[in-house]
Order: sequence, then structure tokens, then C-alpha cells
Amino acid sequence: MRTLLGRHPIGLAFVAPYVVFLVAIFAYPLCIAVYMSFHDWFFAAPGAAVDRPFVGLDNYATVFSDPGVQRSFLNILVFLVINVPLTVVLSLGLAAALNAAIPFRTFFRVSFYVPYVTASVAVVGVWLFLFNADGLVNSVLGDLAPEPSWLVNSGLTMPVIAVYVTWKQLGFFILLYLAALQNVPKELYESAAVDGASRLRAFWTVTVPGVRPATTLVVLLATITGANLFTEPYLLTGGGGPDGTSASPVLVMYQRGIEQGQAGLAAAIGIVLVVGVLIISLVNRYLLERD
Amino acid sequence: MKRTVIALFLGTALTLTACNVDGGGGGGDAGAAAGKRGPITIWYSNNTEEVAWGKSVVTAWNDAHPDEKVTAQEIPAGKSSEETIGAAIAAGNAPCLVLNTSPAAVPQFQKQGGLVPLDDFADARSYVEERTGEQAKQYESPDGKLYQLPWKSNPVVIFYNKQAFAKAGIDAEHPPLATYEEFLATARQVVSGGGAQYAILPAPTSEFFQSWFDFYPLFAAETGGRQLVEDGRATFAGDEGKKVAAFWQTMYGEKLAGQEKYNGDAFADGKAAMAIVGPWAIPVYKDKVEWGSVPVPTSNGTPANEIHTFSDAKNIAMYSACENRATAWELMKFATSEEQDGKLLEATGQMPMRTDLEGAYPDYFGKNPAYTMFADMSSRTVEVPNVANSIAIWQKFRDAYSSSVIFGRSEPDTALTDAATDVDKLAAGS
Repeated sequence: MRTLLGRHPIGLAFVAPYVVFLVAIFAYPLCIAVYMSFHDWFFAAPGAAVDRPFVGLDNYATVFSDPGVQRSFLNILVFLVINVPLTVVLSLGLAAALNAAIPFRTFFRVSFYVPYVTASVAVVGVWLFLFNADGLVNSVLGDLAPEPSWLVNSGLTMPVIAVYVTWKQLGFFILLYLAALQNVPKELYESAAVDGASRLRAFWTVTVPGVRPATTLVVLLATITGANLFTEPYLLTGGGGPDGTSASPVLVMYQRGIEQGQAGLAAAIGIVLVVGVLIISLVNRYLLERD
Repeated sequence: MKRTVIALFLGTALTLTACNVDGGGGGGDAGAAAGKRGPITIWYSNNTEEVAWGKSVVTAWNDAHPDEKVTAQEIPAGKSSEETIGAAIAAGNAPCLVLNTSPAAVPQFQKQGGLVPLDDFADARSYVEERTGEQAKQYESPDGKLYQLPWKSNPVVIFYNKQAFAKAGIDAEHPPLATYEEFLATARQVVSGGGAQYAILPAPTSEFFQSWFDFYPLFAAETGGRQLVEDGRATFAGDEGKKVAAFWQTMYGEKLAGQEKYNGDAFADGKAAMAIVGPWAIPVYKDKVEWGSVPVPTSNGTPANEIHTFSDAKNIAMYSACENRATAWELMKFATSEEQDGKLLEATGQMPMRTDLEGAYPDYFGKNPAYTMFADMSSRTVEVPNVANSIAIWQKFRDAYSSSVIFGRSEPDTALTDAATDVDKLAAGS
């Protein structure tokens, strides 16, 4: 019994609520998703006599052969390549600036946080007016405005969405870095100054290594939330347009699973996405945490 | 090691539990349910006019049937009505009736086991055929049953801005818009003459239903009333479909139609000189635009009284969670009676799907001549095909159309032919 329950059985009671939460909210639905992905599954009325046969790996074969699904994974890769580094660089740089004694520091901290707490639907509306063909951005650019315009240009939609998401979530990541910066010993900056290091050099050799655990967290969170992109392609580019060049895997899951009733295929897309994000996250973690 | 074993044990148990989600079982005694009477719940659309009409119907019903009380509410908010209804079906809490069921969603709801075939009621088939006539056949499901009561249509036509046309030097009372050639010439003139930035601006976005308001009305007109899929085969890759695609390709290619969605009402704001709309547009544009209307164009200028168009219909369906189905069926008939149809027409301007509409409500059309054209067209409306994978078919078509016609990334003829091959498979249920 002691072997099974460990030296402090009371600990099990303390962790039980979270385990129950994890099982109910994450593990159980994940198991159902795995099960669905091996069946020709669709949502049916309770008690309805419907046929949802086992289809083996058919749904996974579709995931890897359907051009629309493939395109969505490529799109999200483009998104992550732009969004994650941009998030890290901007949030760390801005956090360092906001950590210094600058005028209106509180105002700036709040300003960067406001987009994060504002509903995406409302903010997307603003960006639509900024980036549509007759929008403010094109008015400023004049003849330099891209043709076709930002939101209907197959080469620009995903970068625009990546920049939008970076801007929207920046406040949260700045907050993480601000917290991490409080733990960087002041003595290290003093030593660097004594050694004649410039502010840039001190930032590179003291701040960046000092917040490495936070950077790992930011990269992981930005990767995970980025991979689950839905609202922006749904609203900003009218359902993943133009021609599917801004469709994300989660948007395709919604289209196939909810709109088109192919929940088994949608579940397979979801499982592939989970595995993909896990791999990317593990690689990120390995690269960031190695000495 | 032991912890790993315990974790594996828990994981296996969870997976096995998950396996039980397939459960299933019988669908209850449909015959008995069809005879039951009692209180029921219904959902109706959330637009102001329909809410007012719905409330008056429910009040009238409840006054006359105190033992079979109807509780009504607007369709709960969601990304779309279809998504909300689909979720309610899966959750087992769908209402008895939804007075705004999209015909395109019916095959999916039926597959979910969420709909009651109206054939369960002895007089259903005769009632529907008597009220709607030949057009009711479009709403029959592949299994030969009727899962929806054809209720109201919004035949789509072309609205044009008379001031924009006049500014561009076009005869605003008799604009040449009957043939593709005329339509393109008029479109070029209205844009080059400064009437509006775009001649017309149907939403160029990727949602599956957007083709109902650009390609499909013209396809219905060009083919004399064919559906997108007939006898299990895609029809849009034939000569007529290619002509319609070529027409729109020219519109987009010459920037007479825009590739980007306008965030607002392009017709009301003067951004576009024309719009593809149903009768709902009459009150909407009443004080905003001095408008005129014509049927959608065809390649050879088919006479107006022979032109078909997309119905944009909404129907009434009964959902399998309903217990008191006899009451629900009686309410369906009550809500689609000649009296209530007249009130619906009066309140919303939408066309009840009954034969000889103008003959049934001569006073209304006498007082509201703007609606006469819609009444005439309502007898020649084309519905979305009632086939398996209906939404997936529309999305497949939209993707091909969007890629080739709107954005010019491939040849429309090739794209439509390729899409037709995929659609054939989807229509076969694979």
C-alpha cells in the first residue's frame, strides 16, 4: 500500500482536484478525439441509430493527402515562423524598456496590455479598416500599396495575420518578461558596467541569459496559441481566403467537423496538430534549455 | 515503472470509456410520438419582422390551444443558425420546430438522426403538395421522404442604383442588363462613368454559401432551372456553367467586381452600383437608394417571365427531440395557413411558398407593386440540391470557383471540371 500511495498519501488528496480537472477537461476529450479519428464519425442525436464505422487510418490518409488540409498546415508553419520570433524579440525588448525608469511607464504598460484583453472580434474590425484596399495603411503607402491588397494577397495574408496576432498578444508576453526581469540580479548589471560593457552588451550578456526560462515559456505558449489560430483567418480574411492561403488547421477542423459534418476527419486533423505542436515544442525546449 | 503501469492502466480505462461514446440505440417509437399532443418549444429567426410575426402566430395558437402551449424563442446565437441547430441535435435539446431551417443543412441534420420525416403524418404529403405544388419536389430527400416543409423563398434578382446609372449616362429606367454582353457593357460604363467604384460586389469570400449569391442565380437562369447536382452528378461543369464562370471571370478580371469583401453595405454606401438581393432588400434600401430591379442576366437574354433564379428559401423542420409531434405538425400547418402566410408576407415581404401567390394575395401585391416581380419569380426558383454531403459539395465548389474565377489562379474550365469529379464522389456519399 505504501509503495502504491507513496510516503505522503495526503498528497494524493491535494492533487486529486487537479487530476480530476485534467482528466475531465483534457484527457477524456483527447481520448474521444483519438477514437473519433479512427471512425467515420459525425455528431448524432442521442439514441439515433446511425452508422459510424471504423475506418482505420483513412482519416489520417486524408489529412496527409487533401490539398486544403496540407495548405492549412503550411500556412500555420509560415505563421509560426513569423509570429514566434517576432513575439520573443518585441516582448523582450519592450519589457526591458518598460522595466527601465522611463516617463509614463505605467501608461505604456497598460497600453501594451489593452489589445490583449480586448475581444478579438472588435480588434479585427479595426484591422479590417486599416488593411483593406481603401484602408489607412494603403492611403499612407500610396503607390507603394501592394496589389492585390493585404487581405486578398495570397503572399501577404498570413504575414499580416502573424503581425496582428503578435501585436494583440504582446501585452501578455511583456508581462511574463517583466516578471522574469525582476529576478535578474542587479549586481550582474553593475559588474558589467564596471567591466565597461555598453547597455546593448549588458542586455545581450546579462538580460537575455537571465530571462532564458521565461523565453522558453514565451516560445512554448506562442507556439501553442499560434498553432490554434482560428478567429483571425475566420474574420480577417473571410474564412481563410483568398483561395485558402490563410486557412489554419483549426479553421479547417471547424469547416470539416462542424459545417460539413466530418467530425472524424476533423479529429484526425486535431490529433496531427497536437502531435506536431508537441514535436515543435520539444525541439524548442531542447534548443532553448541546453547549455 | 509501477507509476508507468498505473498511468497506462488509467489511459486504457479512459480509452475504453471513450469507446462507449458510440453507444447508440433505438430512435424511440416514432408512431406513438407522431400522435402525442402537449406543450412544445419552437425557434424562429432573429430578424425583427419575423420575430414580430412569430410572436403573433404563437399568441394566436396559444389562445386557441390552451392545452398545447407553444413556447417560442429566437434561435440562440452562434456562428450560424445551422451550427447552433446541429449542436442542439447532438445535445438532444433541439426544439420541436425551427422556423428557419436552411435546406442546405437538411441532409446533414437528417444524417444526424435529428429530423422527423413529415411522412409520419398521414396528411403531410398532400398538404405540402397542395400548398407548394410542383416545387415541393425539390425538397424531397434522397430516401424519398420529406424532412422539411417548404415555407418561404427570397428569389434573388439584380437591384441597381438609378442615380449611379444616370450619372454614368445609362438609361436608369430601362438599363441594358438582360444578356451577359449588355451587362458587361453597362458594368463598364457605370464604372468608367463614375457611377460607382464597382459595378457589383458580391462577397468574394470563401464561405460555402457565398456561391448562392453570385454563381448560382445566374446558373439557374442560364440552365432554365437546373440544380448544382442532379441525379447524383455535378451539373456545373457543362457549357452553361462555364459560360456563367466566364462571365464572372470577366467581371473580376476587369475590376468591375471587387476581390475584397466590403465592410459594410456596398450597395447602400454607393460602393457598388448593383447588388444581387431578395425581396428583403425593398424595406432595407427604401430610404437609402433609388433603386430599380431586373432579373439576373443570361447569355442570350431569356425573357424575364421565363428566368429562373436561386430561391434563398428557409423552411420549417421538425426535430427528433420533439415529444409532442402531433401538436408540432398541427402548428406547422397553422403557421403556413393562407391566413398566416398572408401575415408573413405583410410583415416581412418574403414569399410564402404556395402556388399562385399573386392570386392568393391580390390586395397586397396591388398595394406593393415592387414585390410583384418577386412573386412571379417565386414560381421559378431553384433550390440547393438535397443530397448527401451538401455543405461539403458547396465548399468544394466555392473553393474551385474562388481560386479560378475570383482570383484567377487557375483556368475556370479546368477548375470546375476537377471540382465536378470531387462533387460526384461527395454526392455519392463518399
